[in-house]
Amino acid sequence: MTYGVVLFHTTASAMQAEKVLSKAGLKVKLVPTPRQFSSDCGIALRFDWEQKGQVESLLTSNKVDTAAVRQMEQ
Amino acid sequence: MIYLDNAATSWPKPPEVLKAMTDALERSGGNPGRSGHRLSIEAARLIYQTREDIADFFNSGDPMGVIFTSNATHALNLAIRGLLHPGDRAVTTSIEHNSVMRPLRHLEKNGVELRVVPCAQDGTVDLADMAKTVTPGTKLLISVFASNVVGTIMPIKQIAQIAHRAGALLLVDAAQAAGALPIDMQEMGIDLLAFTGHKALLGSPGSGGLVIRAGVDASQIEPLMRGGTGSQSELEEHPDFLPDRFESGTPNLVGIASLQAGIGWLRQRGMDAVREHEKDLTRQIIEGLSQIPGIKVYGTLDAERCVAIVSFTVEGRTVSEIGMRLDEEYGVLVRVGLHCAPAAHRTIGSFPEGTVRLAPGVFTTKKQIETALGAIARVVTT
Repeated sequence: MTYGVVLFHTTASAMQAEKVLSKAGLKVKLVPTPRQFSSDCGIALRFDWEQKGQVESLLTSNKVDTAAVRQMEQ
Repeated sequence: MIYLDNAATSWPKPPEVLKAMTDALERSGGNPGRSGHRLSIEAARLIYQTREDIADFFNSGDPMGVIFTSNATHALNLAIRGLLHPGDRAVTTSIEHNSVMRPLRHLEKNGVELRVVPCAQDGTVDLADMAKTVTPGTKLLISVFASNVVGTIMPIKQIAQIAHRAGALLLVDAAQAAGALPIDMQEMGIDLLAFTGHKALLGSPGSGGLVIRAGVDASQIEPLMRGGTGSQSELEEHPDFLPDRFESGTPNLVGIASLQAGIGWLRQRGMDAVREHEKDLTRQIIEGLSQIPGIKVYGTLDAERCVAIVSFTVEGRTVSEIGMRLDEEYGVLVRVGLHCAPAAHRTIGSFPEGTVRLAPGVFTTKKQIETALGAIARVVTT
């Protein structure tokens, strides 16, 4: 399964992202940041890669600060 | 027992607050933002949601600008010491608490220029006088929202205009006002708001915060502390983004949960209803005290212009004796003395003896005030 992972600078943004995306009905999960990506913030947000466009536009329109979006096979 | 010391700390707390505190430890017991497992995430959710609740409650416009501190003093020190450097100019009022005065007097010794605008005896400030003192180039204007000695409410919106005209930031000490009065940071023009959780917000001691209004450049504030944030762990330098810039170390999860519950309780009751109730009690106290011979009441003597704080003295009697007798003989709990605000007592003319301070809260009843006034009358006349 192909997932996307949103990385954040701060935990507060991860929580904000989870709230915004869950409210919009997207299936997301907060996970420990996969070590291969970054250690910026201990918590990352995993989503279904097919919903990348929706995730990114919702985060942008809600002014959620993110560090990066990465692809991950699991 | 009649508790009239809510300006020191509110008591009792709503049952919802106590429950939120035990729930926080039982159900969200992880270390927020550190570990990434379910208990850690649950704690992080609670803290983030409280940031949103506080940003909404004070209409600051940005949950990331809600910085949790251990009390208002901590928040005031963060803002004052973080902003002012030798050569800077700061202005404050003569009615401030020592949580403002002491950091400022310390900085004054180290090269910060400080001007104190004198307030009138009733605690009110002359805005024209303040405007003259806040000259262009002033970096920070610090004002209390409501006095902890006489309750006098400052015209914060006009004070913000004075600060902004001079290019200064406005820092407001809302220790007594937060939870007692509706506060809209964006509408009033408050740049930085320091609050404590354990007074009118009905939370626990050890909770509080500095709220940075959306649009205020937080990079000009130096952090008080640096340390672990759960972010940028590969770096030995402290991160510069909000809220991590000003929050390091494991936060007071239980206190933050209490704040959230306290704010939730106030919202449900309605801030207007809370204010009306406290105005009624304040009016009753002012009227009642004024009828007791030998008593001098301080402040504006107008419940519309103060929070639920009334100070008085009795001719020929020490305030400590009155406080002790009210407690021991009548179970009426008040606070006497200088209330950590020598400048304010100098201003109202009660220094160094201080005053007896009555501070009812949201759970105080009119019947309790009636009983307390009877007790005061007996103590004063016997």
